[in-house]
Amino acid sequence: MSTPAGPRRVTLFVTCIVDQLYPEIGKATVQILEHLGVAIHVPRGLTCCGQMAFNAGFRDESYAVAGRTIELLRGQGDVVLPSGSCAAMIRHLYAELFAHSPYARPAAELAARTYELTEYLVDVLGITDIGAHYQGRITYHDACHGLRFLGVGRQARALLAHVREAEIHPLPNCETCCGFGGLFAIKQHAISEAMLDRKIRDVQATGADLLVTGDASCMTQIGGGLSRRSIPTRARHIAEVLANMVDARPV
Amino acid sequence: MSTHTLHFFERVDTALHDATLRTALDRATARFVGNRARAMSALSDADRLRDQARALRAHALSRLDELLERLAERVEARGGHVCWASDGEQVKRYITDLARSRGVRSIVKSKSMASEEIHLNEALEQAGIEVVETDLGEYIIQIAGETPSHIIAPAIHKTREQVGALFEKHLGMPPTTEVPPMIRTARQALRQRFLRADMGISGVNFGVAEEGAIVIIENEGNARLTTTVPRIHVAIMGIERIVERLEDLGVLLQVLARSATGQKLSVYTSIISGPARPGEADGPEEFHLVLLDNGRSQILGGQYAEALMCIRCGACLNACPVYQSIGGHAYGGVYSGPIGAILTPLLQPDLPDSHLLPHASSLCGACQEVCPVRIAIPDLLLRLRADAVRAGKFHPIEKPAIQGYATMMNNPALYRVGGKFAHLGARLLRRKGRIRRLPPPLHLWTRGRDFPALPAQTFSEWWEERERQRRSG
Repeated sequence: MSTPAGPRRVTLFVTCIVDQLYPEIGKATVQILEHLGVAIHVPRGLTCCGQMAFNAGFRDESYAVAGRTIELLRGQGDVVLPSGSCAAMIRHLYAELFAHSPYARPAAELAARTYELTEYLVDVLGITDIGAHYQGRITYHDACHGLRFLGVGRQARALLAHVREAEIHPLPNCETCCGFGGLFAIKQHAISEAMLDRKIRDVQATGADLLVTGDASCMTQIGGGLSRRSIPTRARHIAEVLANMVDARPV
Repeated sequence: MSTHTLHFFERVDTALHDATLRTALDRATARFVGNRARAMSALSDADRLRDQARALRAHALSRLDELLERLAERVEARGGHVCWASDGEQVKRYITDLARSRGVRSIVKSKSMASEEIHLNEALEQAGIEVVETDLGEYIIQIAGETPSHIIAPAIHKTREQVGALFEKHLGMPPTTEVPPMIRTARQALRQRFLRADMGISGVNFGVAEEGAIVIIENEGNARLTTTVPRIHVAIMGIERIVERLEDLGVLLQVLARSATGQKLSVYTSIISGPARPGEADGPEEFHLVLLDNGRSQILGGQYAEALMCIRCGACLNACPVYQSIGGHAYGGVYSGPIGAILTPLLQPDLPDSHLLPHASSLCGACQEVCPVRIAIPDLLLRLRADAVRAGKFHPIEKPAIQGYATMMNNPALYRVGGKFAHLGARLLRRKGRIRRLPPPLHLWTRGRDFPALPAQTFSEWWEERERQRRSG
């Protein structure tokens, strides 16, 4: 394992979903980064990137939430998120949300130093082997926003390829959406479930005991579907696998 | 049953419970997606070609007025007639008046989404004129009494088995599920119609300004017959479908065919520039070009202008997991899929539930990934959602919910307390570490999915505790 040259420091933005629903993903992220010698700062009071309101069309509400996030992340160096979706909100959609506003410049400046976790590990730190271990069969689902708006996928695969004893089985249609889509999963729940059915068929076809993805939201959708159908395959965030923190929780 | 009278959610429900539809969609979209991927990857410079296609479309739209005038001028110079139609009513009036004044009793049609957009067939039939669709897919849905469910494959929602049954009933064909005999039967029936038609109506893939020509691409050859056999040819073109020069087609036709069907080029590419000239054996006596605005000029120059770059390849439909699940009819408008979810609210704002269509997307971006002209479809869908909210079109529960969310996210103390309450609530609902039933409106989540049990300690609490211990230790 190689370690990055020189001391590094990042600001960790775990996102509201990880904070409230999956603190273990945040802890795993801390463990990985600290293991690689990266000092972590978590700004007090950081909550949400504003994506939920933005995607629902409520731009004023989103502007307020995202504006506050920009303020809290001003001058905080590189920002790392264990979520392709929230990173894509900052990198791709803040430009639209803050166009012609006083936040336009700080938003662009923040976008330029924001990274999704696997992207940060591989592209910035240049690390693909962090000494993780998992005995079992893993398959990887590409989370849409990370994949299409950040170009993340290659990095996660490189990291998983170095997990000792893990058998990696490609997921058929790995780039097809699982049907989460934020409020889409509730507002269009029937379509969302139809999309999930297809995803679960593909997951089952791999025979994997672990479905790994880079977004807590896809993990909630696919994991929730697997659990409801009593399928023993577990859905986990890639940070948990890389930090050797995969446990036996059901969802 | 016509699904058009139903509300969007009912149409979705109908589609999701139609096992035959799901089978037809699975088969067809998978084939299209695979063909497109192979055709694009065979190009060494696919990305550059797409950039060029986008630039050509952007260029044409930026000079739309000028190019349309040049097109009209040249069409007229070649003996054609041009009708500038601001809406569908004008087109319908123009064509029915024309048909009446020329004694037209029978019309053949080929490949026109624009005529679907304005419901031309109904108007012609009401005027007592026989109209027959000659594209095989269009013909199938015409005899089935339905509307197209896909931009380039109008009968994509039908299985071979269903088409066999339709042909048995309407064309007296012996029962079969084999495609070739079905095609033969349809062709025989259609040949008679071509011979007796007085007028042919076609769509337009591109109008070429400098040539004063229109371009039609197809795979069956029916458009060639439609535009040459009857004595009158009427072409209906959405005003945005223009390019400046013939050379531009070199780029656009390549990405169009590849994106649509995975072909390098469509089987037939016809470039038509007016009626038959004196001494020419083939071609119609009269050529009419209808330039249809129908809301398009309103879109131009605004935040949705990019949608007018669309060259109607249908790739975004095939790639869309929502379209793959519900098919085209569920969208309710003429254009379906991701691009339809943009075009329908813009072009048919009177449809009562068109504002819901931009929500029929998980914003996964698969559409943008395949779009040959790289339309930022998810961004446009998000803008339409914002417009709908500004216009007050949202579910009554949404505003308080979103405002509650924003208040909580903007107030760390409230965020903490809210989290605690959520945790307490979740503890009551938890069974074996998961939640099988959430209270309304979140019960929609737990209809088909379990929800994770909320942890006793949030990440922020854990982090602060750790920091405290570090400082004191």
